[in-house]
Amino acid sequence: MATKQVNPTRMELTRLKKKLATATKGHKLLKDKRDELMRQFLDMVKLNKQLREKVEKAINEANKNFVLASASMNDEALSLSMLAPKQEVTLEVSSTNIMSVEVPKYKINYRTADTNDMFCYGLAFTSCDLDTAVSSLSDVLPDMLRLAEVEKSCQLMADEIEKTRRRVNALEHVLIPETRANIRYISMKLDENERSTQTRLMKVKDMMLKEAHGY
Amino acid sequence: MYRVAVIGDKESIYGFAALGLDVVYPENTLQAQEAFRKLTQSNYAVIYITEELAEVLDEEIEKFSYKSTPAIIRIPGVKGNTGKGMMNVKKSVEKAVGSDIVFNN
Repeated sequence: MATKQVNPTRMELTRLKKKLATATKGHKLLKDKRDELMRQFLDMVKLNKQLREKVEKAINEANKNFVLASASMNDEALSLSMLAPKQEVTLEVSSTNIMSVEVPKYKINYRTADTNDMFCYGLAFTSCDLDTAVSSLSDVLPDMLRLAEVEKSCQLMADEIEKTRRRVNALEHVLIPETRANIRYISMKLDENERSTQTRLMKVKDMMLKEAHGY
Repeated sequence: MYRVAVIGDKESIYGFAALGLDVVYPENTLQAQEAFRKLTQSNYAVIYITEELAEVLDEEIEKFSYKSTPAIIRIPGVKGNTGKGMMNVKKSVEKAVGSDIVFNN
């Protein structure tokens, strides 16, 4: 049933037919996009889960070491030892395209050549627990950055999947049926007009014949 | 060139300074909001935030879930793992799929 008012003209009919063709094609493409995104998203999210479990466990371990360190050193000494970090991490961000979603990629740059060169304090006045803690944290850093990359990708992809799914549904359940109904309505109306013209002509012909020959 | 920041309570994050990440430890909610806003506006690609503090700044963090930078990642603090970080992953699954099919518990 046509909900909107449409002009029952041939021009409108061709226009609607073109619209339907585009909508059907778009629907198919979007559906493919959604399926592919979903497949990639599920792989990504599984990786995200694994990484997160790993990182959380490692950070908890590192935190235990830090608690031990802070137990054996006073607060000032601890703050002092962290005051002038030797190491510096910078990121180069590039982005890759997964099914039209721009996903970040990080490249890690360290300031010092050796990634293990991170003890920025004299070893004489600090506890050895601090060394363990710092090195355990440094081990988890690459994984943490990988986690950031993957988790951000997951968020962005989830967003895109939601959008695409909405579009697919809107096309499938609203636009395409509506256009079909309108096309049906117009063609029926045009047929009806044609039939009424036909009968009128027949009637006129009858009248004219009657007048000319007295049938 | 982007940098990496960590925000949270001091006990949980001071160690990250040794690795060359920028650490910020705000003392109250107001300071936290201010610091977080500053971090998001400067040149940081990744901001790690302790789960405890993330709870307070939930609204602000939510705004950045659609943007490609910065990535805001929850990490467990010294007081233990609250599971909020994992919840967030779960939430994005629910958003994408409609129901949770990865975690199943």
